[in-house]
Amino acid sequence: MNRPLLTVEHLTMRFGGLTAIDDVSFTARDREITAIIGPNGAGKTTVFNCMTGFYKPTVGRLTLDRGDRKFLLERLDDYQVAQRAHVGRTFQNIRLFPGMSVLENLIVAQHNRLMHASGFTVLGLFGFGGYVAAERAAIDKARYWLDRVNLTERADVNAGALPYGAQRRLEIARAMCTDPVLLCLDEPAAGLNPRESHELNELLRFVRDEHKIGLLLIEHDMSVVMGISDHIIVLDYGRKISDGSPAEVRSDPAVIRAYLGEDEDEAKSAGDRA
Amino acid sequence: MRTSSGNAIGVNSGFDFLAALKEAGMAAGVALALSFTIIGMRTTGQQGGLGVEFRWNAVAIAVVLVFIGRFLLVLWRQRAKPLASADRDRMMDRVGAMVQHWSKYLGAALFAGAVAIPLIWSDNRYVVDVSTLVLTYIMLGWGLNIVVGLAGLLDLGYVAFYAVGAYSYALIALHFGWSFWICLPLAGILAASFGVLLGFPVLRLRGDYLAIVTLGFGEIIRIILLNWYSFTKGPDGLSGIPRPSFFGLEFTRSPDDGVTAFHEFFNIEYSSVHRVIFLYYIILALALLTNFFTLRIRKLPVGRAWEALREDEIACRSLGINPTNTKLTAFAIGAMFAGFAGSFFATRQGFISPESFNFGESAVILAIVVLGGMGSQVGVVLAAVVLIGGTELFRELALYRMLAFGILMVAIMVWRPRGLLAHREPTLLLGSATERTGGDR
Repeated sequence: MNRPLLTVEHLTMRFGGLTAIDDVSFTARDREITAIIGPNGAGKTTVFNCMTGFYKPTVGRLTLDRGDRKFLLERLDDYQVAQRAHVGRTFQNIRLFPGMSVLENLIVAQHNRLMHASGFTVLGLFGFGGYVAAERAAIDKARYWLDRVNLTERADVNAGALPYGAQRRLEIARAMCTDPVLLCLDEPAAGLNPRESHELNELLRFVRDEHKIGLLLIEHDMSVVMGISDHIIVLDYGRKISDGSPAEVRSDPAVIRAYLGEDEDEAKSAGDRA
Repeated sequence: MRTSSGNAIGVNSGFDFLAALKEAGMAAGVALALSFTIIGMRTTGQQGGLGVEFRWNAVAIAVVLVFIGRFLLVLWRQRAKPLASADRDRMMDRVGAMVQHWSKYLGAALFAGAVAIPLIWSDNRYVVDVSTLVLTYIMLGWGLNIVVGLAGLLDLGYVAFYAVGAYSYALIALHFGWSFWICLPLAGILAASFGVLLGFPVLRLRGDYLAIVTLGFGEIIRIILLNWYSFTKGPDGLSGIPRPSFFGLEFTRSPDDGVTAFHEFFNIEYSSVHRVIFLYYIILALALLTNFFTLRIRKLPVGRAWEALREDEIACRSLGINPTNTKLTAFAIGAMFAGFAGSFFATRQGFISPESFNFGESAVILAIVVLGGMGSQVGVVLAAVVLIGGTELFRELALYRMLAFGILMVAIMVWRPRGLLAHREPTLLLGSATERTGGDR
């Protein structure tokens, strides 16, 4: 069993009177793919936003253990989560820099390292401080990920001009360019065709096995979830209803109830959902 | 107001006079409604108060002119093959890409031209003066381009930093007697700190909200300058601002004892145009500094972060880019160049007052950036030459200047909503690329 990478304890998020997440605790382990699934509105994306600093949780502790250092994610600002704790993320509705080229998207992701190399702009302005070498290294890293996601041919095209599937892959490559220890993917397979989602599975396995990082993903596509996840967490109405390996989750009556409705008081439950 | 039926018939049978008449009639009706009060009645001073003078023939002329004009326009439209807006866009994008492609040569040509102007017209003070003015606005446009074009922060109060630069230079030079070359960087630093000062409260704002706050900031600075009499001499302005010297050589006919004048040193006849030409070259150097700085910083991480911030701020945060620092540097650096331009303005005029820093100036600078094409350096030059040079050229038609300005703005916004030369070249390329597109946003 790998060591725990992210530990979420008693996470609760309220928006006014609405409780979007209610006392959720789980662990995501290093070098494992952890999937969060659940019906629409279950609070999956809210969990992500709490983890990555976009929301401040009402209650709860989120600990990222990098091995050498621990970070309390709920205390960091959104950009610090990426900059210091090295948690990368993608978005449900793709957020690339559409007017910039594919390569530039990947270079921007390496901003902090390049910023140091350019002596916070002052040295770089005059060409000192090894900036040229750092930029070359950044391009090499970008090229590596472009090769990985089959976009090398289109490196100088504007990101906004790419087809949908390619944009999804580019967003993952961009998040990987920030050197994350934990990569959070919000519905990476949404809108992909079967071939593309198969390629996505390969890519995510590659990231886990070769780059030895933890992945956390929200997904609706069960072929992706069941195919690659090591561990699945099921949310419904902001509560965790199941937690375990794919096989365990699949046979959990609570999960079947949440997805297919209850047998006995079916009418009542269906009425609630509507 | 082109009716679809008119179009359909027009295609079949050449001209459709009935539809054209109908449309011209409607346009004339609108003209009548508008001109009835605007042109038809005129207040005149009479004994014992205001009187109203009626000018119905002027109204009639206006209505008839609109009728004929609209009629001819509709007929012409029926004949002319409409160029699909997508085609036109693509055409202009190609032009933009071509300009970008040749920009090295175009830039060199423009630079050579700019250097040559005072040599060619060395006896014509007017030409050099107008060119200096145009260059000042080019520099301001390039400075604002950092904030608006690169970082995407709509700043309607840019003139405030111009004012801070001008007043910093004037006050430091008047009180301490320091030379232009010491005061210039000081004015830049002061303006940059005002940029940071403005930046802090507006960090969370974007778009319209940001524009309104920056507009307010511009007015605050102007009103402070106007009312803080003991410090800024308020509406009286500051006069007798020292002129810059050429490595200690003054541009005066009869310098003080112990000071060598420019014409004495070089043993030439004294001419007042020497200083004008010198000032021209100063602003040329400052403008080029702004340009090179922008071109360079675009290829540095902070420049890319600015552009990324313009594209998507949330994505920037998820990549660990500190939006606070990034925005503040954009504000500060943009303001710094306005400060440089402001101190140049003060030293050139020798006199400054809050009058020179009203909202109109901000609007003109923003217009230069937007019309030229946000982020395009050459576009800013073209727009500045057209807007500033154009208004100078048609000085006799001063009455219609704002009208022409407005028409130009509307025309460009209709035909080129992204500005004349909106074409973005990536800051770095991967050699192996086989396919290239540009400006397709």
